[in-house]
Amino acid sequence: MTLPDKQEARRLFKQMLQIRYFEDKIMELLSKNIAEGGSHLYAGMEAVAVGAMSSINHDDYITSTHRGHGHAIAKDGDIKALMAEILGKKTGVCKGKGGSLHLADLSKGNLGANGIVGASIGIATGAALSIKMRKNSQVVICFFGDGATNQGIFYESMNIASLWKLPVIYLCENNLYGMSVSVHRATSISDLTKKSLAFDMPSESVDGMDVLAVKECVKKWADYVRKGNGPCFIVANTYRYYGHSRSDPRVYRTKEEEKFWKDRDPIITFPVKMIEAGILTNDETKNIEGEVKQEIEEATEYAINSPYPEPEELYTDLYT
Amino acid sequence: MREITYRQALNEALKEEMERDSTVFSAGEDIAIYGGAYGVTADLWKKFGDDRVKDTPISESAIVGIGIGAAMTGMRPVVEIMYIDFIPLCLEQIANQAAKIRYMFGGKTKVPLTIRTEGGTGRSLGAHHSQSLEAWLLHIPGLKVVMPSTSYDAKGLLKSAIRDDNPVIFIEHKMLYNIKGPVPEEEYTIPIGIADIKKEGKDVTILSYSRMMLFSLEAAKILEKDGINVEVIDLRTLLPLDMETIKKSIKKTNKVIIVEEDTKTGGTGAEVGMKIMEECFDYLDAPIKRIAGADVPMPKSPVLEKIAIPQIDDIIREVKLITS
Ligand SMILES: Cc1ncc(C[n+]2csc(CCOP(=O)(O)OP(=O)(O)O)c2C)c(N)n1
Ligand SMILES: [Mg+2]
Repeated sequence: MTLPDKQEARRLFKQMLQIRYFEDKIMELLSKNIAEGGSHLYAGMEAVAVGAMSSINHDDYITSTHRGHGHAIAKDGDIKALMAEILGKKTGVCKGKGGSLHLADLSKGNLGANGIVGASIGIATGAALSIKMRKNSQVVICFFGDGATNQGIFYESMNIASLWKLPVIYLCENNLYGMSVSVHRATSISDLTKKSLAFDMPSESVDGMDVLAVKECVKKWADYVRKGNGPCFIVANTYRYYGHSRSDPRVYRTKEEEKFWKDRDPIITFPVKMIEAGILTNDETKNIEGEVKQEIEEATEYAINSPYPEPEELYTDLYT
Repeated sequence: MREITYRQALNEALKEEMERDSTVFSAGEDIAIYGGAYGVTADLWKKFGDDRVKDTPISESAIVGIGIGAAMTGMRPVVEIMYIDFIPLCLEQIANQAAKIRYMFGGKTKVPLTIRTEGGTGRSLGAHHSQSLEAWLLHIPGLKVVMPSTSYDAKGLLKSAIRDDNPVIFIEHKMLYNIKGPVPEEEYTIPIGIADIKKEGKDVTILSYSRMMLFSLEAAKILEKDGINVEVIDLRTLLPLDMETIKKSIKKTNKVIIVEEDTKTGGTGAEVGMKIMEECFDYLDAPIKRIAGADVPMPKSPVLEKIAIPQIDDIIREVKLITS
């Protein structure tokens, strides 16, 4: 595996930390009832979004999921505006109308998170069709979970994409559970990469706890897809650290399993690896941690102090 | 009488019906180990096992589909669609299959299927987890649509829904699960299609259901102090609609306000109001008034969410206007 240079290593580490600290902060705000509603946290899965996004261009598209904070941050998201959105504030990236489940930033190529499991798979495929029709060289990364692969739209979209050779990477974040239901109790095959075989679509699985592995894998397939070879399917094996949502007591999984995955925590293993390889120093990683902590604190303050939307906003933005 | 939550009442209804009839089973996302997103099926899996309490993949269309097929062939399934916002994913199976099969097949089969789901606003969850889509379902002949507001009604109506030989959509409300109300220890059922007068009055009739029913009762209590005597009717079943109870009330009060949480245009009140025009016009002394949700997707922001649905103050204001 190719090792990153110092600048790239810094960037990858910093972005993973931004996501982790962001999510820890959201959890804190939820438990203090400062954030209302629900949030599905991305903690544990950082290497997937960060690795994937580091392999595509600014003008490439993504579609995200209900667990979308990490995707939004990694796709150049404005942390302050994302935090404000989750609190339903006027300064949020969607003016407080979308919330955690609907983070979107079209200016960054993020076509949106989604409250409906699987729904973005069709949208991603349509964006890929548009790229092809516009004769552009962009690609789309379509993120979704293991659970979403049991929705009809997954199969319908994959078939169309393969049939029409559309430039889309279907990237399944297999974190072993769809809410409380383990992937083994929800899907009839144990190797999810086989799901694209029916469409003659190439697939590969990757260690979703290893940011460099994800980066390399997505880079390879992005090149393939960009050249007009048609879509591909990547399964990134990963784990979410928090419960599905705030109220989840996690009775469906064991402490041992949680430990197994926490031992592979990308925000711990990656800096160790970089220090060992002489790419980053211990001081540098500590400094990055400090910087990001500070940044998240500032974003939190900004979000909390931001005003709510005015009542008139209820009726704006419905039609053009 | 003992008081239990709406959630517990539903849980008891499911448990009792599953004990009573071995053809009853439950299937849905996260209903087994997890006990349901809102805890309604808690402990049923422990009691009845995988065979009768099934965690399904995230496959709404197939969840309803398997319910229909099983219902046509001797079972009495209760399937759960976690949020009413996910009903659009299985609307084909509901509208084209469940609702029409008996009629299309000349009455030669039946579909004793209960679809439990949950809707409404109040938890700041945004546009995909806050809708009130009951009016879509009212538009489908062949279905029954039930929306209880109290623990008592929830239990009695769910039992009737499960025993009904027709497809019944049973819509719960996310903000009602923790609310307690009296429920007798002994067995009872409540017939589908019968409204309930929750408070008698003579000055104006409020027709409501689900959570807005509780808002209407609150408003009525406050208005009582101002000397305005409101009759509050809980529709309980939206399809078929209990026009007898509605008519009797309007004959007495001559004024009617419909309070609903769904978006106003093409909403439940549009249908109920028009039926009143057709059947009760002669008794009306004032135009029918609707208090309904704003015609927008539900915004996330808690401040916008609140003004997007009727509040108690809105009801009080409209009652004062219509009775002044
Ligand atoms: C159509 C639909 N069905 C059910 C849900 C409720 N729900 C939200 S997330 C989720 C689990 C999704 O699992 P997966 O796709 O594996 O993503 P993960 O949460 O593990 O990231 C469920 C069942 C939903 N939001 N949309
Ligand atoms: Mg998952």
